[in-house]
Amino acid sequence: MSHQANLVDRPWMDSDAQPFIKVQSVSKHFGDFTAVDSVDLEIYKGELFSLLGGSGCGKTTLLRMLAGFETPSSGSIYIDGVDMTNVPPYERPVNMMFQSYALFPHMTVEKNVAYGLQRDGIEKSEITRRVDEMLAMVELTQFAKRKPHQLSGGQKQRVALARSLVKQPKVLLLDEPLAALDKRLRENTQFELMNIQDKLGVTFIVVTHDQEEAMTLSTRIAMMDAGRFMQVGTPTEIYEFPESRLVANFIGSANMFEGRVTEHGQDHMVVECKQPECEFYADHGSAIQEGSKVWAAVRPEKIRISGTPPESAAPNQMKGIIDDIGYLGKLSTYRVRVGDNTLIEITASNQSRPRDGSLVHDWEDEIYLSWDASSVVVLTK
Amino acid sequence: MRDSGKRSRFLITVTCFGMAFLYIPMILLIIYSFNYSKLVPVWGGFSVRWYGVLFESEDVWNAVGLSLKIALVNASFATLLGTLAGLALVRFGNFKGRTLFSGMISAPLVMPEVITGLSLLLLFIFLGDLIGWPEKRGFTTITIAHITFSMAYVAVIIQSRLAGMSQDLEEAAQDLGAKPFRVMTDITMPLIAPGMLAGWLLSFTLSLDDLIIATFVSGPGATTMPMLIYSRVRLGLRPDINALATIIIVTVAIGVLLAGWIMFRQQKRRELELAMSGD
Amino acid sequence: MINTGEIDNHSVDSTSSFKKRLLRSLQNNWKSVVVFIPYFWLLLFFLAPFFIVLKISLAEPAIASPPYQPMTLWVDDGIVQIKLVFENFVYLWEDDLYFNTYINSIKISSISTLLCLLIGYPMAYAIVRASHTYKHILLMLIILPFWTSFLLRVYAWMGLLADQGTINNVLIFFGIIDDPVRLLYTPFAVYVGIVYTYLPFMILPLYANMEKLDGALREAAADLGARPAATFLTVTLPLTIPGIVAGSLLVFIPATGEFVIPDLLGGGNVLMIGRLLYNEFTANHDWPVASAVAIVLLIVLVLPMMLYQYVQGKEVEG
Repeated sequence: MSHQANLVDRPWMDSDAQPFIKVQSVSKHFGDFTAVDSVDLEIYKGELFSLLGGSGCGKTTLLRMLAGFETPSSGSIYIDGVDMTNVPPYERPVNMMFQSYALFPHMTVEKNVAYGLQRDGIEKSEITRRVDEMLAMVELTQFAKRKPHQLSGGQKQRVALARSLVKQPKVLLLDEPLAALDKRLRENTQFELMNIQDKLGVTFIVVTHDQEEAMTLSTRIAMMDAGRFMQVGTPTEIYEFPESRLVANFIGSANMFEGRVTEHGQDHMVVECKQPECEFYADHGSAIQEGSKVWAAVRPEKIRISGTPPESAAPNQMKGIIDDIGYLGKLSTYRVRVGDNTLIEITASNQSRPRDGSLVHDWEDEIYLSWDASSVVVLTK
Repeated sequence: MRDSGKRSRFLITVTCFGMAFLYIPMILLIIYSFNYSKLVPVWGGFSVRWYGVLFESEDVWNAVGLSLKIALVNASFATLLGTLAGLALVRFGNFKGRTLFSGMISAPLVMPEVITGLSLLLLFIFLGDLIGWPEKRGFTTITIAHITFSMAYVAVIIQSRLAGMSQDLEEAAQDLGAKPFRVMTDITMPLIAPGMLAGWLLSFTLSLDDLIIATFVSGPGATTMPMLIYSRVRLGLRPDINALATIIIVTVAIGVLLAGWIMFRQQKRRELELAMSGD
Repeated sequence: MINTGEIDNHSVDSTSSFKKRLLRSLQNNWKSVVVFIPYFWLLLFFLAPFFIVLKISLAEPAIASPPYQPMTLWVDDGIVQIKLVFENFVYLWEDDLYFNTYINSIKISSISTLLCLLIGYPMAYAIVRASHTYKHILLMLIILPFWTSFLLRVYAWMGLLADQGTINNVLIFFGIIDDPVRLLYTPFAVYVGIVYTYLPFMILPLYANMEKLDGALREAAADLGARPAATFLTVTLPLTIPGIVAGSLLVFIPATGEFVIPDLLGGGNVLMIGRLLYNEFTANHDWPVASAVAIVLLIVLVLPMMLYQYVQGKEVEG
């Protein structure tokens, strides 16, 4: 029963499911520069899929190839089973929401939203009906007759969204949709986007450099760097099971320790680190050979701090001195000096509330760190 | 950053002198149009008689009429051709023959008029011999000549306006289903319309003002306003020309001030709307 | 069944289908059409004429209409002989008058360009630094003369510089001089005329360039310890070089071939090549020589013209 439910929500795990969008060995070269380097991707219907990466990683180029504004130098793109590699943008069942919104300044909100429907030759009364419906959905009915320069940033964004959704595209591409909004607006819009996607069942592909945004919105994330995919997976998979240091460092932060595998079995691994001196015991096995150089990574929130020393020496323990504290209200970030001069980052929620206003742990305090075996991630690259 | 008072005083002084330099001759021109005396710079009392002389002169009316006709036709065609050229140069990428095209479109801006005038006259004569057209030089040949250099100015204006417009809007239109031709008519053209208007006005003015090229390519019986003025003025000062000059200067001044005031009002209205649109 | 009357349906079909095909092919190739129209116009009315000028510059003058000898001679056995006469160019080179006139033209236009720069640069700078309202007013004031008739503005100076003109009147009135000073029909008058009429052409590109400069750069220089003079020399001035080049070329190139100003303000006394060409053409009816003069002038100006096109191209793309 539960297995079935899993597959409906996670079609990428179902071997029978057909991908809605298939990117096959697509590359894009601009002269000498390779923006996208032979990538493969399968996106399923109804997903909210994010392309995440820093600037210049190729995510925007890939998005533009899906929209039809760039043609792949090699490879193919299939949308709903049809080869759309060379199809121009005005003939694809795909619509894009531009980062700059690209609202037509010489048309009213109404006309902007109606534009795409007019190009399809739809009957006037039908156009009016659909435009009104869409404006109601984005709550902009009373702004219908205004022109773009008379709208605020958030309103412009909703017009752009309405305009691209009114054509009921199979796929909606969003280029950094939340980048231009301030923090409060961004949070609200995030939920709005997810609601709309849920309601309409449209497949969303979002390009973003903001990892928080990607984590909040997406069903799956593809992390890109230098034109290639570093890792593709759900937010949980990417965060908790990163496959490389790059990925681990891009989403959130991670404490990395270089060491060697001293022991490995089917269900455990031991990594010995010399600087700082520590033994890492991970509760999972892998095919990594003994003696190989690896990195042991532990996320800041997985490390426990305590003022009392541990009962006995054991792996997954360290002693250090608090170097710096960042008090953020609901949590505190500690920088702890261990070994010679390594700094470790720890975040801990402030669960206790000292009456006299003193800190639970203070600068230069001696501190004992520990973490679970399940929190250790071993990375080879 | 606030400059030291010394620096800005220098700038203000230079600007004042510069403006005076630009305007005093024109102001004097206007003043002397009301001079009773025939000897222009010798003041003989206030009079408007030279305006009368001007209005009665048939030659003047003919010349003005011809110049206006030429300017109108020229401005319209030059705007059309220049806009097409500007569009092609900015939006059509690297098409075959682009370098030559780009050179031909920017050369008229700096080419000395004697060269363009001479070359066009020779062309018209050559064509006349070859295919019988143009038979007579006059309105048509002057207009063709004017269109040729006016379109260069229009193209420059359109190019700079297009270059400043990001391609986002055109891509969005394509994304929504508009074919490239549709994109041009629905999106690009309306947005460069102000540039086209500016180009039209500029072409109109340049045509009205042209002396050299018109002199070369004109024929008997076709005298434009500048040609008339020149022929009368090269022998000395003439107060009726002062009167004509005054009329022209005042007309242009009104036009420029009006345009400036309209743009100022538009700007103010936009700023108000932007301030009003809170979320 | 309604009888629509099938009269000559065949030919009607073929014409309408032809029209449809034409329309569709136009729609598919509309980009080429857009380029073709202005391209063709320019080829015919801008480029072709130059070749004709070149051709005639290589012909011999004749008392005829058109006043040059035919260049192709049909010999009996059908061989075409083309007479290319380089005499005209040799004549230009050997006759001191022409050589001096070219040099003089370049000299006058260079000095005028420099003067325009010296006056126009501070003015453009002042406009850029002016407050919002003043900026618009000042710009309008600069543009207004630009839209007024060029010829009339030169004429205005005739009134000022004449022997009985305003300047002399004022000087005599204040007792500074007793007799009128010769101002009109001198090189001085030509310089004044060129600077006066071409000044807006210098100011506007300079203004456009300066307007785009980031004010923060000057502030950064000051913050790092540069005095205003140093900031100007090391930051502002280098960054305005494209504007300086554009404005200078926009003055220099047309001024070299100027005709009206040396004619009306210089009389016969100031030699400029534009006037010489005009005289050669209208007074002497020597078309070949006039054409040769034009070709040489083109050669002299071709490098600055290419430089201008290069700078303009960067401005549009940048």
